[in-house]
Amino acid sequence: MQASDFKSDQYVRFCPGCGDHAICMALQKAMAQIGIPTHDVAVISGIGCSSRMPHYLNTYGFNTIHGRGGAIATGVKTSHPELTVWQMSGDGDCLAIGGNHFIHEIRRNVDLNVCMFNNRIYGLTKGQYSPTSPKGFVSKSSPFGTVERPFVPAQLVLGAGGTFFARTLDVDMPTTVDCLVAAQQHKGCSVVECLVNCVIFNNGTHAWIADREQRAEHSIVLKHGEKMIFGKENDKGLAVEIDPQTFVPRIIVVPADDPRVLVHDAHQADPTLHRLLALMGQDRVQSVEAQTDSELPIALGVIRSVEAETYDQAVNKQIQEIREKAKAKTFDELTATLDTFLL
Amino acid sequence: MKNIVVRFCGDSGDGMQLTGNLFSSLSAILGHEISTLPDFPAEIRAPQGTLGGVSGFQVQLGSSVYTPGDKADVIVAMNAAALKVCTLGSHFNHPQAHFEDEFALFHRHAIVIVDTDSLTDKDLEKAQYHTDNPFTELGIPETVQIVPVALTTLTKESLAESGMDNKSILKSRNMFALGLICWLFDEPMDEAIHLLEDKFKKKPALIAPNTKVMVDGYNYGQNLALNITQIHLDGHPNEAHGTYTSIAGNKATAWGLIAAAEKAGKRLFLGSYPITPATDILHELAGRKDQNVMAVQAEDEIAGVCTAIGAAFAGDLACTSTSGPGLSLKSEAIGLAVMAELPLVVVDVQRGGPSTGLPTKTEQTDLLQALYGRNGECPAVVLAASSSANCFDFAYEACRLALENMTPVILLTDTYLANGTALWRVPKMAELPAIHPQSVPEELKGKFNPALRDERGVRYWAFPGMEGYEHRNIGLERDAQRGTISTNPENHETMVRARQAKIAQIANRIPDLKIQGNVESDTLLVGWGSTEGHLHAAANELNCALAQFNYICPLPRNTREVLSRYKRIIVCELNTGQFASYLRAQVPGIEFEQYNEIQGQPFAVERIVNYASK
Repeated sequence: MQASDFKSDQYVRFCPGCGDHAICMALQKAMAQIGIPTHDVAVISGIGCSSRMPHYLNTYGFNTIHGRGGAIATGVKTSHPELTVWQMSGDGDCLAIGGNHFIHEIRRNVDLNVCMFNNRIYGLTKGQYSPTSPKGFVSKSSPFGTVERPFVPAQLVLGAGGTFFARTLDVDMPTTVDCLVAAQQHKGCSVVECLVNCVIFNNGTHAWIADREQRAEHSIVLKHGEKMIFGKENDKGLAVEIDPQTFVPRIIVVPADDPRVLVHDAHQADPTLHRLLALMGQDRVQSVEAQTDSELPIALGVIRSVEAETYDQAVNKQIQEIREKAKAKTFDELTATLDTFLL
Repeated sequence: MKNIVVRFCGDSGDGMQLTGNLFSSLSAILGHEISTLPDFPAEIRAPQGTLGGVSGFQVQLGSSVYTPGDKADVIVAMNAAALKVCTLGSHFNHPQAHFEDEFALFHRHAIVIVDTDSLTDKDLEKAQYHTDNPFTELGIPETVQIVPVALTTLTKESLAESGMDNKSILKSRNMFALGLICWLFDEPMDEAIHLLEDKFKKKPALIAPNTKVMVDGYNYGQNLALNITQIHLDGHPNEAHGTYTSIAGNKATAWGLIAAAEKAGKRLFLGSYPITPATDILHELAGRKDQNVMAVQAEDEIAGVCTAIGAAFAGDLACTSTSGPGLSLKSEAIGLAVMAELPLVVVDVQRGGPSTGLPTKTEQTDLLQALYGRNGECPAVVLAASSSANCFDFAYEACRLALENMTPVILLTDTYLANGTALWRVPKMAELPAIHPQSVPEELKGKFNPALRDERGVRYWAFPGMEGYEHRNIGLERDAQRGTISTNPENHETMVRARQAKIAQIANRIPDLKIQGNVESDTLLVGWGSTEGHLHAAANELNCALAQFNYICPLPRNTREVLSRYKRIIVCELNTGQFASYLRAQVPGIEFEQYNEIQGQPFAVERIVNYASK
């Protein structure tokens, strides 16, 4: 299948320069690569710029109401596990108004592919701060700067028992396509945090990694089974060190040829290391004043991908098992079990 | 005697609901019509023996039974607090209150069976008596026949050899009372034992002791020949021939959904969140995996309706069940189903409101919320069941109208119907009306869009998995031709009117309004939903006519023609006049008088009769 098979006839209305264009193209490419026919794919979204995505994909689509995409997608997948179900959402739709559905789809491990577009701003309502905006962020609804701490989305995902978390960047097409394909291949709730630029209201929010010059030094693309090496010259590696006083583990940068350099294991059930990896570089976006002397890069790619029973499979299996043993499978058989009398 | 009203009343831990339900089922199996009213406190376990912890269960049995009865003929009071609550009714908290005909839960000529072992000083103190003679203090008239029975002692004697601990023995007191009442009504023990065995089939160890206590209770009545005479109900049920059972409204609702799904050839999907008094629908459907039901206990009310909308989008028969506060939370999503034109059944088991209100009490106060409680011009079908048994029929009908007309249907029941039981004629699948879910013509393959409609104005239904019908559905306004997002002003008006017309045409697909009672009378009682039994009984006494609405939106086509035949029209509702105001808007030019009660209780027939006789 071709990417063009997944393009709808709708004119794409994201702002010129918006990072969502790139994710849209990556989705079409990934869907073609996965090769599931368009009629077996359902793309569900809530409200927001990113939630326009279903209109541009030639699959079944449903652009619903604010924050509820996760619950609606859960209904689609649970009732019809044979479908491939994607959810398109943003940092507001997913983490603010739809926060409850987000953590519960992860907790239940519904087999969904959730693309969470994080631009750290509310775009469609024209520029208010979001749950991922750094503390002190000035916006139309925070003219004196926010006083709130932001979420790190990966923390929520791992905290809710997430089985899959990937992070990608709008300007990195190959990594984005890889993450989307991996999300689909993973059975369970796969969350892909797509870092996207909002050219109108939050331009350059990810510049420290989006900028070509800086990306190699400030980011690492993790690949399962490969050494964690990064840097312009591929001269740096990541290792774990345990603080001898507090026993707190932390990630450190070491020379690439250091024997301590870690090999990425996305399939490790214990989330401790995945959490440390996902938190790398997040201190830079916790606060507008954040000054960091940390050399840690932000992790991109599939950080965590572990197997676990999915809700949709488990609940359908339970019904099937009970039906196999059941004496009353039809309504008439059911009413025949009642204590009745004749008049 | 034709009809009789029995009320079991005790501490909320005394098993009064179980006792009442067993007795009602037994009565139904023996061929009596029944109507029940469970009346329990919101607290799961209030402090034992206190007034706040009194739980009651009232049942009317006999023939031509329309309601659980205004007042009881027979009372079983398991403790001092229950005796007080039954005697003083809603005035039980007034310090100087005594028996008054208006408030007492039993008649002046009632039989009151009371556990004398539960009238100790300590019991009286917990129930806030001021003297040591509860009967005198409560001013119970001499015409009331008090039957003192040492229930606790007798139960202990009955189970002395059982090896059970004292606490478990005391919990069986209700079975002694049940046996005694069975004797009073001459109901055979073998059927009762069969019911008990069924009830405790998952706890077989309880069958033998409970059976023994019940039979001993029966024999106690028989042998000691209590100075009361057995009551023989004569007359036969007025119901049509058929196979019957007793059923509670919530279970009937759940089974109506199951039957509709099978008839329509669709998987039944329920998305729900626990809420009193609707939760039994979720319980029932979660247990009906044998019927291929998918029941999801969602993370909240909104997710309940949204998972259902997802299932509807994917082609299932989708339902959500809730009560008033939950309906408020679901409003926006129901609007989505209106806009996306998806079939969806929303069951609202109404309770006392607003806000948390009276969670365990009954009220008809969600009508306007069901009709109008959404943003924008947002029409949906609104139906109301009018008996515990016909919750089945209207749940089924809600599914039929939703699937055939691509619309949300809100079904209103209430606490009274949901928890009450009635005689239900068990239908066969073959006799239930056909359901033809909306589909899509083959020739639209490759050029489908979600705005395309049939000649009735109902949009076609295609869902994921169907090749060649891929489309994007939306909660945004859509272009009337292309189905894509549109903000065009004329298009919006076209679409608003198209959605309204789709609901309006359903009037052609529902039955006409029928008048009950004395059609020739000048006076017409008008009601909707759960008040049918009370209004029917009142219309009989008044020898006037009754119009009971089950179809609220759209109204039956002959509504104006029928209403305009009567000089005096009294709209009776358990709210401040919501249906009356709706009728004034829908059938202007007709004068509507109102009779309203809003106390969290069903009507009393007597009060309606008194009002209408004025």
